Amino acid sequence: MDPYSLKKLNALRKERRAAILLTDLGDGRDRVIAEGDAVAGALGEAVAKAFRSGKSGTVEADGRSFFLNVHLPPPRLVMIGAVHISQVLAPMARLVGFDVHIVDPRTAFASPERFPEVRLDAEWPEDALARTPLDPYCALAALTHDPKIDDPAIRRALDAGCFYIGALGSRKTHAKRIERLTAAGVPQPALDLIRAPIGLPIGAASPAEIAVAILAEIIDALRSRGIEPRKGEAA
Amino acid sequence: MTPIQTRDPLQIAESWMREGRDVAIATVVETWGSAPRPVGSHLVIDADGHFEGSVSGGCVEGAVVAEAADVLEDGKPRMLEFGVADETAWEVGLSCGGRIKVYVERLG
Repeated sequence: MDPYSLKKLNALRKERRAAILLTDLGDGRDRVIAEGDAVAGALGEAVAKAFRSGKSGTVEADGRSFFLNVHLPPPRLVMIGAVHISQVLAPMARLVGFDVHIVDPRTAFASPERFPEVRLDAEWPEDALARTPLDPYCALAALTHDPKIDDPAIRRALDAGCFYIGALGSRKTHAKRIERLTAAGVPQPALDLIRAPIGLPIGAASPAEIAVAILAEIIDALRSRGIEPRKGEAA
Repeated sequence: MTPIQTRDPLQIAESWMREGRDVAIATVVETWGSAPRPVGSHLVIDADGHFEGSVSGGCVEGAVVAEAADVLEDGKPRMLEFGVADETAWEVGLSCGGRIKVYVERLG
Protein backbone atom coordinates (compact mmCIF):
# COMPACT_ATOMS: atom_id res chain seq x y z
CA MET A 1 0.00 0.00 0.00
CA ASP A 2 1.19 3.44 -0.88
CA PRO A 3 1.89 5.42 2.33
CA TYR A 4 0.26 8.44 0.70
CA SER A 5 -2.93 6.41 0.16
CA LEU A 6 -2.98 5.32 3.79
CA LYS A 7 -2.56 8.89 5.03
CA LYS A 8 -5.24 10.20 2.68
CA LEU A 9 -7.65 7.40 3.64
CA ASN A 10 -7.17 7.96 7.36
CA ALA A 11 -7.59 11.72 6.93
CA LEU A 12 -10.89 11.27 5.06
CA ARG A 13 -12.17 8.83 7.67
CA LYS A 14 -11.33 11.28 10.43
CA GLU A 15 -13.38 13.94 8.63
CA ARG A 16 -16.37 11.57 8.40
CA ARG A 17 -16.08 11.40 4.61
CA ALA A 18 -16.81 8.25 2.63
CA ALA A 19 -13.81 6.80 0.80
CA ILE A 20 -12.76 3.72 -1.15
CA LEU A 21 -9.26 2.27 -1.23
CA LEU A 22 -8.93 0.81 -4.72
CA THR A 23 -6.21 -1.83 -5.12
CA ASP A 24 -5.20 -3.34 -8.45
CA LEU A 25 -4.72 -6.97 -7.46
CA GLY A 26 -2.46 -7.51 -10.48
CA ASP A 27 0.32 -5.07 -9.65
CA GLY A 28 -0.63 -4.02 -6.10
CA ARG A 29 -0.97 -0.33 -6.98
CA ASP A 30 -3.64 1.56 -5.09
CA ARG A 31 -5.40 4.87 -4.85
CA VAL A 32 -8.03 6.52 -2.68
CA ILE A 33 -11.34 7.68 -4.11
CA ALA A 34 -13.42 10.09 -2.04
CA GLU A 35 -17.19 10.02 -2.49
CA GLY A 36 -18.06 12.41 -5.30
CA ASP A 37 -14.72 11.99 -7.16
CA ALA A 38 -15.27 11.22 -10.84
CA VAL A 39 -14.29 7.70 -11.96
CA ALA A 40 -14.94 6.77 -15.60
CA GLY A 41 -16.35 3.63 -17.20
CA ALA A 42 -17.14 0.24 -15.74
CA LEU A 43 -14.92 0.90 -12.75
CA GLY A 44 -16.85 4.11 -12.08
CA GLU A 45 -20.12 2.15 -11.96
CA ALA A 46 -18.63 -0.36 -9.53
CA VAL A 47 -17.34 2.48 -7.36
CA ALA A 48 -20.76 4.19 -7.28
CA LYS A 49 -22.43 0.90 -6.34
CA ALA A 50 -19.89 0.26 -3.59
CA PHE A 51 -20.46 3.71 -2.08
CA ARG A 52 -24.23 3.10 -2.06
CA SER A 53 -24.16 -0.38 -0.59
CA GLY A 54 -21.15 0.13 1.67
CA LYS A 55 -19.99 -3.35 0.66
CA SER A 56 -16.33 -4.09 -0.07
CA GLY A 57 -15.42 -6.61 -2.75
CA THR A 58 -13.49 -7.59 -5.83
CA VAL A 59 -14.57 -6.35 -9.28
CA GLU A 60 -13.33 -7.06 -12.79
CA ALA A 61 -13.05 -3.99 -14.99
CA ASP A 62 -11.06 -3.22 -18.14
CA GLY A 63 -9.54 -6.71 -18.02
CA ARG A 64 -8.12 -6.14 -14.54
CA SER A 65 -9.05 -7.28 -11.09
CA PHE A 66 -9.60 -4.60 -8.44
CA PHE A 67 -10.34 -4.79 -4.75
CA LEU A 68 -12.59 -2.01 -3.46
CA ASN A 69 -12.41 -1.49 0.27
CA VAL A 70 -15.27 0.81 1.23
CA HIS A 71 -15.01 2.99 4.32
CA LEU A 72 -18.27 4.72 5.16
CA PRO A 73 -18.58 6.98 8.21
CA PRO A 74 -20.79 5.46 10.89
CA PRO A 75 -24.29 6.83 10.28
CA ARG A 76 -25.64 9.14 12.97
CA LEU A 77 -29.23 9.87 13.88
CA VAL A 78 -29.87 13.32 15.30
CA MET A 79 -33.25 13.71 16.97
CA ILE A 80 -34.59 17.17 17.60
CA GLY A 81 -36.87 16.72 20.57
CA ALA A 82 -36.46 14.64 23.70
CA VAL A 83 -40.01 13.39 23.30
CA HIS A 84 -41.84 10.11 23.83
CA ILE A 85 -40.98 8.83 20.33
CA SER A 86 -37.29 9.64 20.90
CA GLN A 87 -37.32 7.53 24.05
CA VAL A 88 -38.10 4.41 22.00
CA LEU A 89 -36.37 5.45 18.78
CA ALA A 90 -33.02 6.04 20.51
CA PRO A 91 -32.44 2.47 21.71
CA MET A 92 -33.81 1.02 18.45
CA ALA A 93 -31.45 3.16 16.36
CA ARG A 94 -28.51 2.17 18.54
CA LEU A 95 -29.31 -1.52 18.00
CA VAL A 96 -29.27 -0.94 14.25
CA GLY A 97 -25.83 0.66 14.54
CA PHE A 98 -26.47 4.38 14.49
CA ASP A 99 -24.72 6.90 16.70
CA VAL A 100 -27.55 8.73 18.43
CA HIS A 101 -27.63 12.41 19.36
CA ILE A 102 -30.66 14.08 20.94
CA VAL A 103 -31.10 17.83 21.11
CA ASP A 104 -33.84 19.68 22.96
CA PRO A 105 -33.50 23.05 24.74
CA ARG A 106 -36.41 22.21 27.06
CA THR A 107 -34.62 20.85 30.10
CA ALA A 108 -37.78 19.22 31.47
CA PHE A 109 -37.81 16.95 28.39
CA ALA A 110 -34.05 16.58 27.94
CA SER A 111 -33.27 14.96 31.27
CA PRO A 112 -30.68 12.22 31.64
CA GLU A 113 -33.24 10.18 33.62
CA ARG A 114 -35.48 9.98 30.57
CA PHE A 115 -32.54 9.24 28.24
CA PRO A 116 -29.96 7.02 29.88
CA GLU A 117 -26.85 6.12 27.89
CA VAL A 118 -27.63 8.49 25.03
CA ARG A 119 -25.83 11.64 24.01
CA LEU A 120 -28.21 14.39 25.03
CA ASP A 121 -27.76 18.17 24.67
CA ALA A 122 -30.26 20.39 26.47
CA GLU A 123 -29.54 23.25 24.10
CA TRP A 124 -30.96 25.01 21.07
CA PRO A 125 -30.23 23.08 17.86
CA GLU A 126 -28.17 26.01 16.50
CA ASP A 127 -25.74 25.70 19.41
CA ALA A 128 -25.59 21.92 19.65
CA LEU A 129 -25.24 21.47 15.88
CA ALA A 130 -22.56 24.15 15.65
CA ARG A 131 -20.47 22.06 18.03
CA THR A 132 -21.25 18.71 16.38
CA PRO A 133 -22.02 19.54 12.75
CA LEU A 134 -24.39 17.55 10.58
CA ASP A 135 -23.03 15.88 7.43
CA PRO A 136 -24.24 13.62 4.58
CA TYR A 137 -24.03 10.54 6.84
CA CYS A 138 -26.46 12.04 9.35
CA ALA A 139 -30.20 11.53 9.50
CA LEU A 140 -32.26 14.23 11.16
CA ALA A 141 -35.64 13.60 12.74
CA ALA A 142 -37.44 16.77 13.85
CA LEU A 143 -39.86 15.64 16.53
CA THR A 144 -40.75 18.58 18.79
CA HIS A 145 -43.83 19.96 16.93
CA ASP A 146 -42.39 23.36 17.89
CA PRO A 147 -41.37 25.43 14.83
CA LYS A 148 -38.84 27.52 16.68
CA ILE A 149 -36.93 24.36 17.63
CA ASP A 150 -37.59 22.16 14.56
CA ASP A 151 -37.28 24.71 11.71
CA PRO A 152 -33.69 25.88 12.32
CA ALA A 153 -32.56 22.26 12.67
CA ILE A 154 -34.25 21.30 9.38
CA ARG A 155 -32.53 24.18 7.62
CA ARG A 156 -29.16 23.09 8.95
CA ALA A 157 -29.85 19.52 7.81
CA LEU A 158 -30.68 20.74 4.29
CA ASP A 159 -27.46 22.79 4.20
CA ALA A 160 -25.39 19.83 5.37
CA GLY A 161 -26.90 17.42 2.80
CA CYS A 162 -28.14 14.94 5.42
CA PHE A 163 -29.19 11.68 3.75
CA TYR A 164 -32.53 11.80 5.57
CA ILE A 165 -34.63 14.62 6.95
CA GLY A 166 -37.96 13.77 8.50
CA ALA A 167 -40.40 15.98 10.34
CA LEU A 168 -43.21 14.98 12.65
CA GLY A 169 -46.67 16.41 12.09
CA SER A 170 -49.81 16.03 10.00
CA ARG A 171 -50.10 17.13 6.39
CA LYS A 172 -51.65 20.38 7.65
CA THR A 173 -48.78 21.00 10.05
CA HIS A 174 -46.32 20.27 7.26
CA ALA A 175 -48.08 22.64 4.87
CA LYS A 176 -47.58 25.41 7.42
CA ARG A 177 -43.95 24.38 7.82
CA ILE A 178 -43.45 24.62 4.06
CA GLU A 179 -45.00 28.12 4.09
CA ARG A 180 -42.62 29.26 6.85
CA LEU A 181 -39.53 27.77 5.19
CA THR A 182 -40.51 29.20 1.79
CA ALA A 183 -40.93 32.62 3.37
CA ALA A 184 -37.48 32.20 4.89
CA GLY A 185 -36.04 31.65 1.39
CA VAL A 186 -35.64 27.85 1.25
CA PRO A 187 -36.12 26.81 -2.41
CA GLN A 188 -38.63 24.17 -3.53
CA PRO A 189 -36.15 21.38 -4.44
CA ALA A 190 -34.78 21.48 -0.91
CA LEU A 191 -38.27 21.44 0.62
CA ASP A 192 -39.07 18.30 -1.39
CA LEU A 193 -36.34 16.45 0.52
CA ILE A 194 -38.22 16.74 3.82
CA ARG A 195 -40.12 13.52 4.62
CA ALA A 196 -43.37 14.53 6.26
CA PRO A 197 -45.49 13.14 7.73
CA ILE A 198 -42.46 11.30 9.08
CA GLY A 199 -42.02 7.51 8.71
CA LEU A 200 -43.14 4.80 6.31
CA PRO A 201 -46.93 4.51 5.99
CA ILE A 202 -47.43 1.30 7.98
CA GLY A 203 -50.35 2.55 10.04
CA ALA A 204 -48.14 3.08 13.09
CA ALA A 205 -50.13 4.13 16.15
CA SER A 206 -48.06 3.92 19.34
CA PRO A 207 -44.78 5.82 19.85
CA ALA A 208 -42.87 2.55 19.46
CA GLU A 209 -44.61 1.76 16.17
CA ILE A 210 -43.95 5.28 14.92
CA ALA A 211 -40.29 4.78 15.85
CA VAL A 212 -40.21 1.62 13.74
CA ALA A 213 -41.75 3.50 10.80
CA ILE A 214 -39.16 6.28 11.13
CA LEU A 215 -36.22 3.91 11.49
CA ALA A 216 -37.31 1.87 8.46
CA GLU A 217 -37.60 5.06 6.40
CA ILE A 218 -34.11 6.13 7.53
CA ILE A 219 -32.57 2.77 6.58
CA ASP A 220 -34.28 2.93 3.19
CA ALA A 221 -32.86 6.43 2.62
CA LEU A 222 -29.37 5.33 3.66
CA ARG A 223 -29.30 2.28 1.40
CA SER A 224 -30.80 3.92 -1.67
CA ARG A 225 -29.01 7.25 -1.59
CA GLY A 226 -27.10 8.38 -4.67
CA ILE A 227 -23.37 8.89 -4.83
CA GLU A 228 -23.85 12.65 -4.73
CA PRO A 229 -24.83 13.82 -1.28
CA ARG A 230 -28.34 15.24 -1.42
CA LYS A 231 -27.64 18.89 -0.89
CA GLY A 232 -30.35 21.34 -0.07
CA GLU A 233 -29.87 24.80 -1.42
CA ALA A 234 -31.14 26.56 1.64
CA ALA A 235 -29.21 29.65 2.58
CA MET B 1 -19.38 8.68 20.00
CA THR B 2 -15.88 8.76 18.48
CA PRO B 3 -16.17 7.97 14.77
CA ILE B 4 -12.96 5.96 14.67
CA GLN B 5 -12.02 3.50 17.36
CA THR B 6 -8.66 3.77 19.05
CA ARG B 7 -7.60 0.24 18.07
CA ASP B 8 -8.15 0.98 14.42
CA PRO B 9 -5.62 -1.10 12.40
CA LEU B 10 -5.17 1.50 9.64
CA GLN B 11 -4.48 4.26 12.15
CA ILE B 12 -2.04 1.99 13.94
CA ALA B 13 -0.32 1.24 10.61
CA GLU B 14 0.08 4.97 10.02
CA SER B 15 1.55 5.58 13.46
CA TRP B 16 3.94 2.62 13.09
CA MET B 17 5.04 4.04 9.75
CA ARG B 18 5.72 7.42 11.39
CA GLU B 19 7.87 5.63 13.95
CA GLY B 20 9.94 4.23 11.08
CA ARG B 21 8.79 0.64 11.47
CA ASP B 22 8.34 -1.67 8.48
CA VAL B 23 4.67 -2.50 8.17
CA ALA B 24 2.68 -5.12 6.28
CA ILE B 25 -1.09 -4.89 5.81
CA ALA B 26 -3.30 -7.95 5.38
CA THR B 27 -6.83 -7.48 4.05
CA VAL B 28 -9.70 -9.94 3.70
CA VAL B 29 -10.64 -9.61 0.02
CA GLU B 30 -13.07 -12.49 -0.37
CA THR B 31 -15.06 -14.83 1.85
CA TRP B 32 -17.16 -17.93 1.21
CA GLY B 33 -19.48 -19.62 3.65
CA SER B 34 -19.35 -18.62 7.29
CA ALA B 35 -16.30 -16.41 7.55
CA PRO B 36 -15.65 -14.82 10.94
CA ARG B 37 -14.45 -11.42 9.68
CA PRO B 38 -16.08 -9.51 6.82
CA VAL B 39 -14.45 -8.53 3.54
CA GLY B 40 -12.33 -5.43 4.08
CA SER B 41 -11.07 -6.41 7.57
CA HIS B 42 -7.43 -5.66 8.29
CA LEU B 43 -4.51 -7.12 10.19
CA VAL B 44 -1.39 -4.98 10.37
CA ILE B 45 1.97 -6.53 11.18
CA ASP B 46 5.43 -5.09 11.81
CA ALA B 47 8.83 -6.65 11.13
CA ASP B 48 9.11 -7.90 14.73
CA GLY B 49 5.83 -9.78 14.42
CA HIS B 50 3.70 -7.32 16.42
CA PHE B 51 0.19 -7.19 15.06
CA GLU B 52 -3.16 -5.42 15.50
CA GLY B 53 -6.59 -6.13 14.06
CA SER B 54 -7.84 -9.43 12.72
CA VAL B 55 -8.68 -11.24 9.51
CA SER B 56 -10.26 -14.36 11.00
CA GLY B 57 -10.82 -13.98 14.70
CA GLY B 58 -7.74 -16.00 15.59
CA CYS B 59 -7.78 -19.05 13.29
CA VAL B 60 -5.21 -18.06 10.68
CA GLU B 61 -3.51 -14.96 12.13
CA GLY B 62 -0.36 -16.92 12.93
CA ALA B 63 0.09 -18.02 9.32
CA VAL B 64 -0.63 -14.51 8.02
CA VAL B 65 1.94 -12.99 10.40
CA ALA B 66 4.55 -15.52 9.22
CA GLU B 67 3.78 -14.76 5.57
CA ALA B 68 3.97 -11.01 6.30
CA ALA B 69 7.62 -11.43 7.29
CA ASP B 70 8.38 -12.67 3.74
CA VAL B 71 6.31 -9.88 2.21
CA LEU B 72 8.28 -7.31 4.20
CA GLU B 73 11.53 -8.90 3.07
CA ASP B 74 10.96 -9.08 -0.68
CA GLY B 75 8.23 -6.43 -1.03
CA LYS B 76 6.04 -8.67 -3.20
CA PRO B 77 2.34 -8.80 -2.31
CA ARG B 78 0.81 -12.24 -1.81
CA MET B 79 -2.71 -13.65 -2.02
CA LEU B 80 -3.35 -16.29 0.65
CA GLU B 81 -6.29 -18.67 0.81
CA PHE B 82 -7.52 -20.48 3.89
CA GLY B 83 -10.24 -23.09 4.14
CA VAL B 84 -11.41 -25.73 6.55
CA ALA B 85 -8.54 -27.31 8.45
CA ASP B 86 -7.74 -30.87 7.39
CA GLU B 87 -4.53 -32.88 7.12
CA THR B 88 -4.35 -32.94 3.34
CA ALA B 89 -5.21 -29.46 2.19
CA TRP B 90 -4.49 -26.97 4.94
CA GLU B 91 -2.08 -26.72 7.79
CA VAL B 92 -4.11 -24.03 9.43
CA GLY B 93 -7.73 -23.41 8.77
CA LEU B 94 -11.06 -22.05 9.81
CA SER B 95 -12.86 -24.30 12.22
CA CYS B 96 -16.12 -22.58 11.33
CA GLY B 97 -16.05 -24.14 7.86
CA GLY B 98 -15.69 -21.04 5.73
CA ARG B 99 -13.02 -20.02 3.26
CA ILE B 100 -11.25 -16.68 3.05
CA LYS B 101 -8.81 -14.97 0.73
CA VAL B 102 -6.32 -12.58 2.31
CA TYR B 103 -4.16 -10.08 0.44
CA VAL B 104 -0.88 -9.27 2.19
CA GLU B 105 1.17 -6.29 1.06
CA ARG B 106 3.95 -4.07 2.31
CA LEU B 107 3.21 -0.48 3.26
CA GLY B 108 5.46 1.68 1.08
